[in-house]
Amino acid sequence: MTAQHSRNDDGIAPVIPLDAVRHDDPPPRSRLERGVASGLAFLRRRLAGEYEVDEFGFDPELNETVLLPIARALYEHWFRVEVRGTENIPDGGALVVANHSGTIPLDALMLTVAVHDATGRDLRLLGADLVYEMPVLGHLSRKAGHTLACRADATRLLDGGNLVGVFPEGFKGVGKPFAERYRLQRFGRGGFVETALRTGAPLVPVAIVGAEEIYPKIAELPLLARLLGVPYFPVTPTFPWFGPAGLLPLPSRWLIQVGEPIPLDDYGPGDADDAMTVFNLTDQVRETVQQMVYDTRLLRGPAFL
Amino acid sequence: MSDMPSSAARVVLVTGVARFLGARVAHALQADPGIERVIGVDTVPPVEPLGRTEFVRVDVRTPGIAKVIASGRVDTVVHSGLVPGTPGTAARAKELNVIGTMQLLAACQRAPSMRRLVLRSTAAVYGSSAKGPAVFTERDQPPEPPASGSARDAVEVEGYVRGLTRRRSDLSVSVLRFANLLGPRVDSPITRYLSLPVVPTVLGFDPRLQFVHEDDGVEVLRRMTVEDHPGTFNVAGDGVLLLSQLLRRAQRPTIPLTAASLSVLGDTGRRLAGLTGFSPELLRWLTYGRVVDTAALAAELSWHPKYSTEAAFADFVAERRPAATAPLALFDRLVRRHP
Repeated sequence: MTAQHSRNDDGIAPVIPLDAVRHDDPPPRSRLERGVASGLAFLRRRLAGEYEVDEFGFDPELNETVLLPIARALYEHWFRVEVRGTENIPDGGALVVANHSGTIPLDALMLTVAVHDATGRDLRLLGADLVYEMPVLGHLSRKAGHTLACRADATRLLDGGNLVGVFPEGFKGVGKPFAERYRLQRFGRGGFVETALRTGAPLVPVAIVGAEEIYPKIAELPLLARLLGVPYFPVTPTFPWFGPAGLLPLPSRWLIQVGEPIPLDDYGPGDADDAMTVFNLTDQVRETVQQMVYDTRLLRGPAFL
Repeated sequence: MSDMPSSAARVVLVTGVARFLGARVAHALQADPGIERVIGVDTVPPVEPLGRTEFVRVDVRTPGIAKVIASGRVDTVVHSGLVPGTPGTAARAKELNVIGTMQLLAACQRAPSMRRLVLRSTAAVYGSSAKGPAVFTERDQPPEPPASGSARDAVEVEGYVRGLTRRRSDLSVSVLRFANLLGPRVDSPITRYLSLPVVPTVLGFDPRLQFVHEDDGVEVLRRMTVEDHPGTFNVAGDGVLLLSQLLRRAQRPTIPLTAASLSVLGDTGRRLAGLTGFSPELLRWLTYGRVVDTAALAAELSWHPKYSTEAAFADFVAERRPAATAPLALFDRLVRRHP
């Protein structure tokens, strides 16, 4: 630069390149500036619709930027979730089978955060059709990558090499009374085992401990539930007595344990049609998860301390 | 099998040539030198010239169609589609769709020259519901089949076509379940909905939608006519758009309303402003959406639609009035220095 600015030997004025300024490094931007810039760019993309969703309606950008961070705040600061055994999650397609509880299925949300933060992969959950009939919840659930619990969707996701999460207890599990906490309900009709056999996907058992205490359901109002068209209307020590404040979950401490995949090597896709094999395997998976829940509960210790 | 001369189409009859898709299919077929005659039929005369396609005006609800097929020695029939029913004209549309197709199929069954039937059906036969699989394959049974409108007609028509396939097992029958057709020149309840100045959406729902571009639709029908691909196939562009996403891409202002008020609004618009209103099936589509699997079609034809769902929609939007981009321009000014 200085050479160009000084006079040349023959006395002609120096030539300053027109784009001289551009050769300078841009002033370093602060973290805040960068944050604002990327935030604005994100908002612009959202406003222009310039993002991709997959055939299930999964919107990875929205999930990564908005939905997961909200769940993660609850995960880290409210429930102080600890997760163990994530090295047991295999590469490629797998069916993650977990216990279900808590009156409101926050355990599903926490499990997606746990899996995402440990492996960087999105856990695609299979939800009840009630979820997809509900306004807002239905499309948010799809945008977070989840879909309806049906064989077609599960198979399609597993064939695509995704991690698929199921809660075979369903509403019976989420809505079980507090007195029955940590006792697993019937594992549906074993549809998940059939799908695993057909697709050859390994079954990964998971025990979630802590969700049972967030909304201790001490009673329910069946008439109100039928009126609202929901499976149950819970009564907890705080709800509905304290109104909306009663919706705040109790801050229990959580421990999520991922078990070793259950080997299905001895079975073939044809075994999916053998009802007895499916029932026996379903029972075996249920026993495994139940035992893991007991062990994990001991490990976790007291619920609120 | 696909290009054996004996099974190649010689005389093709195309229904619905007064409408956009039928006319385009007729044009695509008459450009094929292997096809000797293209006969176009409809209940009303076509608005645009059809070239070497011979137009015959027949009321498909009368046996007149049988005479056309018999005297013309038609070997291939392309039934280019059902009339979409709007709330005011549902009864008439049903008459045309179901009774018309029954007459057509009866004529096909009688004609010894007949070899192939191509039916353009609709993916609406899968219905739209929260209980269905996320992606329908041709084998999936809809958990809640459509109960009314032209979707219901399509279910009935497919049933009659299956009946014909049983009775004339020598016929090669292709049933094509089209996703919603979209393109610069398509006029349908969907395009009219998407062109509203303020687009009402169903509060709390954001359906997944799929489109097929008009060019791809014509190409699929052409290939199915000149080649031999019996079976049922879904037809759609690759990929999926959410309603919220596509309205943002089109920069359309939206207003979320409950399904009930949307239906009342549509009714009012129909009565007072001559709009088409919202049929129950359109409302369900706007609530739950619908996505179909097109792997079978791609494998059968060894061909892929040129336009994805996104591209088909982009092409449709490009032809409409320029969008108001004020909020985006504002963002661009803010973000320009931080690409």
